[in-house]
Amino acid sequence: MQFMLLFSRQGKLRLQKWYVPLSDKERKKISRDLVQTILARKPKMCSFLEWRDLKIVYKRYASLYFCCAVEDQDNELITLEIIHRYVELLDKYFGSVCELDIIFNFEKAYFILDEFLLGGEAQETSKKNVLKAIEQADLLQEVHTHIFSTTLIFLKKKYNPGPL
Amino acid sequence: MALKIVKGSIDRMFDKNLQDLVRGIRNHKEDEAKYISTCIDEIKQELKQDNIAVKANAVCKLTYLQMLGYDVSWAAFNIVEVMSSSKFTYKRIGYLAASQCFHESTDVIMLTTNQIRKDLSSPNQYDTGVALTGLSCFVTPDLARDLANDIMTLMSHTKPYIRKKAVLIMYKVFLKYPESLRPAFPRLKEKLEDPDPGVQSAAVNVICELARRNPKNYLSLAPLFFKLMTSSTNNWVLIKIIKLFGALTPLEPRLVYSCVHVVKYLGLLAMSKILKTHPKSVQSHKDLILQCLDDKDESIRLRALDLLYGMVSKKNLMEIVKKLMLHVDKAEGTTYRDELLTKIIDICSQSNYQYITNFEWYISILVELTRLEGTRHGHLIASQMLDVAIRVKAIRAFAVAQMATLLDNAHLLTGNMQRNGICEVLYAAAWICGEFSEHLENPMQTLEAMLRPKVATLPGHIQAVYVQNAAKLFATVLKSQEGNTDSTAAQETSQLMIDRLPLFVQSANLEVQERASCILQLVKYIQKLQQKDVEIAEEVNALFAGELNPVAPKAQKKVPVPEGLDLDAWINEPPSESESEDEQPKAIFAKEEPKHSRPRHTEVDEKELARRREARKQEQANNPFYIKASPSSQKAVYYKSHKHKIFPPCVLSFFTGLPMSDQYVKLEEERRQKERAEKKKKEKKKRKEKRSGRGKKHDSGPESEEDITPAHQVDIVTEEMPEVNSLDILYFKKSSKHKKKKQKKEKEEKEKKKKKKHHHHHHHSDGGGEESVQNGTVEEEEPLPVSVYQSSARHSVYDIQGNLQDGSQVVVSVIFENKGDSFLKSMEFNVLDSLNSKLQRPDGSGPHDGLTVPFQLPPGVSNEARFVFTVQSIIMPQKLKGTLTFIVKDSSTHEKLDFKLHFTCTSYLITTPCYSDAFAKLLESGDLKGSSVRLEGVNMPFHHLLARICFHHHFSVVERIDSCASMYSRSIQGHHVCLLVKTSGQTVSIDAKCDEPTLLGNVLDEIKQTFSQC
Repeated sequence: MQFMLLFSRQGKLRLQKWYVPLSDKERKKISRDLVQTILARKPKMCSFLEWRDLKIVYKRYASLYFCCAVEDQDNELITLEIIHRYVELLDKYFGSVCELDIIFNFEKAYFILDEFLLGGEAQETSKKNVLKAIEQADLLQEVHTHIFSTTLIFLKKKYNPGPL
Repeated sequence: MALKIVKGSIDRMFDKNLQDLVRGIRNHKEDEAKYISTCIDEIKQELKQDNIAVKANAVCKLTYLQMLGYDVSWAAFNIVEVMSSSKFTYKRIGYLAASQCFHESTDVIMLTTNQIRKDLSSPNQYDTGVALTGLSCFVTPDLARDLANDIMTLMSHTKPYIRKKAVLIMYKVFLKYPESLRPAFPRLKEKLEDPDPGVQSAAVNVICELARRNPKNYLSLAPLFFKLMTSSTNNWVLIKIIKLFGALTPLEPRLVYSCVHVVKYLGLLAMSKILKTHPKSVQSHKDLILQCLDDKDESIRLRALDLLYGMVSKKNLMEIVKKLMLHVDKAEGTTYRDELLTKIIDICSQSNYQYITNFEWYISILVELTRLEGTRHGHLIASQMLDVAIRVKAIRAFAVAQMATLLDNAHLLTGNMQRNGICEVLYAAAWICGEFSEHLENPMQTLEAMLRPKVATLPGHIQAVYVQNAAKLFATVLKSQEGNTDSTAAQETSQLMIDRLPLFVQSANLEVQERASCILQLVKYIQKLQQKDVEIAEEVNALFAGELNPVAPKAQKKVPVPEGLDLDAWINEPPSESESEDEQPKAIFAKEEPKHSRPRHTEVDEKELARRREARKQEQANNPFYIKASPSSQKAVYYKSHKHKIFPPCVLSFFTGLPMSDQYVKLEEERRQKERAEKKKKEKKKRKEKRSGRGKKHDSGPESEEDITPAHQVDIVTEEMPEVNSLDILYFKKSSKHKKKKQKKEKEEKEKKKKKKHHHHHHHSDGGGEESVQNGTVEEEEPLPVSVYQSSARHSVYDIQGNLQDGSQVVVSVIFENKGDSFLKSMEFNVLDSLNSKLQRPDGSGPHDGLTVPFQLPPGVSNEARFVFTVQSIIMPQKLKGTLTFIVKDSSTHEKLDFKLHFTCTSYLITTPCYSDAFAKLLESGDLKGSSVRLEGVNMPFHHLLARICFHHHFSVVERIDSCASMYSRSIQGHHVCLLVKTSGQTVSIDAKCDEPTLLGNVLDEIKQTFSQC
């Protein structure tokens, strides 16, 4: 897989992951072009299109488009399956995920993607394992954040007794 | 330092975090660019601080901005700083930012080499993990060269989590730094067989991608992949492998074949999945699947077999099995052949021979299968033969003929070594020939075949069957020969037995020896009698008389309960609590063993019964003489063998016999000797009778001449219980009442009777679906029609429960009890529907049709039937008029009973617990309308009063303070009903609130009614 984009119906980019080294300028151009092309397609059209020398596989979930670019020998169906699996993972992690979850926790969405795909290849096909890894890493993170935030709360109370 | 951190934190609390930033951007839709530029300025300030947490927060925000398309390359160094943090929280953010923002031309990447190496070797697997993930996005040729060795080491990391990441990232490294491929390849290949499926699939992925770029180097791996393909259950991996083969085929044409195979294999696999949901669509491809059986590849053939199993039908079974038989002949290798054999049997016998239309055909298939040498599944064929021969009566003659041929040709079978599994078939053959010997055409010949010396080479358990069945055959042969005038023939047969049996007497197998010597002595004795010209055949035959018949596991249910038997009645009087064990005379103690209070007794009993039932089921499942409980199949078997007899009920009841009641029988025996002399009935049957008698004594008392037994027992019990305790009083009262009733009945047989019953019935809801509702006041009028044959006083009790699932459904359970002496049948229950309430009738029946009650009622028996009513509005109580028609069996008269069903508002309430805070909220909400009622002269303790309301009207107590309590209930349509009950002296005031005033008024009326009756 070359890259993955998540964007809203309004064309706002919500997540991007590039597995090929490209300059910022190129990335911007590609994503702009693609978003426009896909948004112009009718809902009844198929989920695949050929674009430049790549195959684009996309699927819309509620207000979000998930779009992947794969090489022309790659299988479209398995790519679709990857997209779906990623959505399932997000759904499991956030608990019926919505666009806002991804906007506000975009780093988490990346972490999940990174546990699932690595370098553009499916890394772990077991949903359970992916979520387990994320949970454990989160736990590691929480410990730090927790210590930090308790200090913060303490300080806030001391210096700023008004309502937060 | 500490101060610095604190200061940083204080500053930070005024910072925006990522969420604030996102929210801000969303709030500044018009001037987004301006807002973001101020944010970037802030971020720049934050990045200047020493506090790493502040920096990480800033970097996190930058990553977001980068996605929106803003240039953040100026912060590359700060990202590296955050990456180097020792804390995972920040490191994670740092690497994420790097993987999003860095590309090959980012110059700071050079600075990261050592940091990444450090992280790769971190003891924390998640540190290593984020480093690998990040690296996969921004790896440059330089990084690849410098870190290739480190990553290669990680490929053998102890944690699969790291291994799979390392394997995947190797692909990126190979692309950037191709020299690394040669040294890493052996290890990569090794990972194809990694115990962890994740690592395995990662390796498959990498090799597939590599092979696509340069296929010829990977041809050597084809066998390994082929193995993976057949063993892997992971579809993702399977698809990759097919893709790999796709890449390899241009170079190696032979692979085209295997590729076709893979697809074929997957196709079959997919079909078997489709079969489960859409059997028809797969069945149309039967020929194609049968073709797959010719395939050279065993795994494909096995898959095809699996498919065939699922797609047989009555129509195509014979055809499919014929094809399979052809394959059995052709098959090489015993494993596949054995597999075929078991599949054939599985296919034929599935769901109790559901698809077999011709059992003769099946028997011949089984016989044909015995030609297989060296199979391990002889016992399987044997058990099928036995099963079919016993259960399908019509086939016995044919089966016996076939089995006789098998026995004749036994030398073919035993010619091989002892261990040859197929000789098990002889076990079945011998048994069938012996048991059903009356069907044999030439019994003498078969008898000789069974007594051949070569039989002694068979395994012991088979010889034992041979010996036993030789005896059965002998009996049959004798019978036919004695009919003739020539008596020498019979004597010759005996002589044959006497000549041949000693061989078996010498057997090393105990079972064989024992049977043989026993039978030998028997035959010698017979011979003696024969020499005296005594006709002996009848008696010899009696040894083996009795036919073996299959019985359906539910057969007993079909046996009507004998007259005068009430299974629900108590065998022993439930003991009163005041009884103490010491006071009991011994005989009574033994008889009335269950000394627990009533509910506990039934509980124990139920558990025990459940356990026994389970054990019985188990036994039946393992017992070929039971037809397994699959509805469709039962039909099939019964269909073939029309005249299956069912064991008489008394025999079957042995299974349920309780040891307790056995004891009881013994004790009672002495007392009942006289009766036994009179009746001469079987012991078991008597026990049952006694049961019913006892039950009657408790329930309805002696009513007919036939029930003399219980009358006797009543005397005995009263005699032996000198202490007058509460039970006795109760008992005497009851019996006197019955006497009166009996007299009354005799005198005024044609009189109309009217009964009113109040009944409170507890129902346990079985599962979440239905919530039970006890119906407070149930009344029934039973004016019996004037009739000369009027002897069937009936009585029924009912219980109305609302269905919580459906706010408009009410289930009425009616208990019918036949109190008369006649058998009642063809009962029809009908209710005159009102606009509001309707009896639910099956589709297609008219609005005035009655519902058939699904059982008949022998005298003294009660049973329960349920009827569903649809009720539109539940705020008013209702009375429905109905009739029950039935036929009195003895007189064959049609009779009619009128009754009224009273749907009280209470019966629509469901006891629902409520917490006091929720209760308070409900009252505060102001949506509820109030009403109140006063009850005068209530003379009972407050808690009794509450219990009464709870019990009769389905309320639950929310809170109780002294003489004041709040209560709650809910209707099936979700109305809340709240009560505040206060008492002072003999006055009780109830303030009530409900969102439906009419309902509330009616409920209060009903409550008032309850208390006025006490």
